[in-house]
Amino acid sequence: MLDVERLREDFPLLHRTVRDGRPLVYLDSGATSQKPRVVLDAERDFYEQHNAAVHRGAHQLAEEATDAFEEARGKVAAFIGGAPDEVVFTKNATESLNLVAYALGNAGAPGAVDGADPAVAARLQIGPGDEIVVTEMEHHANLLPWQELARRTGATLRWLGLTADGELDLATLDTIVTPRTKVLAFTHVSNVLGTINPVSALVAKAREVGALTVLDACQSVPHLPVDVRELGVDFLAFSGHKMLGPLGIGVLWGQAELLAAMPPFITGGSMIETVRMEGSTYAAPPQRFEAGVPVAAQAVGLGAACDYLTALDMTTVAEHDRRITAAVLDGLAERPWVRVLGPLDPQKRCGAVAFVVDGVHPHDVGQVLDDSGVAVRTGHHCAAPLHRAFGVVASTRASFAAYTTLDEVQAFLVALDRVPQIFGISTSGAPSRGPREVLSEARAKTSWGE
Amino acid sequence: MDLYQELILEHSKHPVGAGLREPFDAEVHQVNTSCGDEVTLRVGLDGSGEAAIVRDVSYDSIGCSISVAAASVLAEEVTGHSVAEALRTFEAMRGMLTSRGTDAGDEEMIGDGVAFAGVAKYPARVKCALLAWTAFTDALARAGIDLPVRAGSAPTTDRTSQENTESSGRTA
Repeated sequence: MLDVERLREDFPLLHRTVRDGRPLVYLDSGATSQKPRVVLDAERDFYEQHNAAVHRGAHQLAEEATDAFEEARGKVAAFIGGAPDEVVFTKNATESLNLVAYALGNAGAPGAVDGADPAVAARLQIGPGDEIVVTEMEHHANLLPWQELARRTGATLRWLGLTADGELDLATLDTIVTPRTKVLAFTHVSNVLGTINPVSALVAKAREVGALTVLDACQSVPHLPVDVRELGVDFLAFSGHKMLGPLGIGVLWGQAELLAAMPPFITGGSMIETVRMEGSTYAAPPQRFEAGVPVAAQAVGLGAACDYLTALDMTTVAEHDRRITAAVLDGLAERPWVRVLGPLDPQKRCGAVAFVVDGVHPHDVGQVLDDSGVAVRTGHHCAAPLHRAFGVVASTRASFAAYTTLDEVQAFLVALDRVPQIFGISTSGAPSRGPREVLSEARAKTSWGE
Repeated sequence: MDLYQELILEHSKHPVGAGLREPFDAEVHQVNTSCGDEVTLRVGLDGSGEAAIVRDVSYDSIGCSISVAAASVLAEEVTGHSVAEALRTFEAMRGMLTSRGTDAGDEEMIGDGVAFAGVAKYPARVKCALLAWTAFTDALARAGIDLPVRAGSAPTTDRTSQENTESSGRTA
């Protein structure tokens, strides 16, 4: 079991107060996590002792900076069970996903990558008649790049819908994912519902039809043990700042043979082999996908975050997350005026619980919580289609990290009880409509998910 | 908490003049892209120029209590007044909302609008309170009113409302 009180000592920000001296209850780690001192120290140490442009220059500092950067790559690779050459550092997960989408869009151009294995290159090409499959629960970052890729290439975007319980509707899997499918992009864990998706079933289906799989792991890597080989996906994207690491760094992991055949997304310095006025050739992965001076200090910070989480042990972190999630779900179940979105079984979810209070806008719920020092996210959480499917404009989301305590869950529930007081809504009786009814009503009114 | 004054809660539960009515001179639809709040607002005028009388403000507001109450107070404060008076009310309202709490608001000028003084302390919510007002001035412009340059406007809030709202409209 995690010694949460002890590990909280590592996070300076968690000890500050907000709104006139109230202790901070930070339940917005799904948006961005707080950082332990070792991460901040690692960044500071890089800047104070080793700062230089990575992969450039013949001086000692350049060597040290390059070593630190590549050592961080090795730590990240080990953390997710991949090889260092399969780990591409990006600005954030959004860039990682765009990198794949743009590279696939460029793969069809003649001479996209010299010497690429033709069979592998063919898997990457996409055009009219091809289909890209996503899900209705995607964060916009794993939806818009695919919408755009479909628009640019003439491919068709299709998607898996949701069940009323907030799980993927796999009943339609065989009709949506077909031999026409070139890409199946989906989230490991929903950033709103917390739903843990059945990766193995989706990967098996994608393999059956020869489609590439792209996994958005932003909300799983901070909470669950993640091993890219066990998952069996082709690409996996996540951000550093949601997993106790710094802002400004993301990761794309890709199967080595796919990365080798993939054309670049962003071009420029650092990613080349030879450059001539008539044309250029590109470096091998991962450098091919890291144009410009790399974000070395952030990579070093992320490496420190991987060390920190490894020391906590991700299985232990996952158990802690389940305990917190269960406590939140139990507390909300005692409040019939609250409607939880997503699975009610804590085994099926992690990281976050989103909910609505019928009759009170999420912004108002969030503001009341903030007044008690409780920080949550309100809005559509960059998942507007998901909210539309549930017949709501927005929701309130409490999200967790390894440093979240059961006392904080209690503080959140007590603060939440002020909402019906302030807005004068009834706290007795069951909500008039459950998610199932709302979803079917919303579906009757719109064509979403059809 | 001083944000949720009784007046604001009352206006949000029973918004004055809610619903879309005809006839109207211009209709504007504004969306707060950061939170999805929406307002569709119509303005009906008698006369022309700044002397025109705001005959009717009708609206459909979907959003938080602050944005719904703001539309309600707007309708109450400007209906039956001249465009010139309505614009003065708007400037007083905006001045208070963007003051970060230093301007408590003039009840003579903005009526129930003073209940929004607490909103000024929450920068993230100022745009909720301004959504309907922005829609109203946009609708006046679409109805052919020549709006004066906004003297003394707070640039940060202007930027916020520009970045976070999308507007579309039509004239009847």
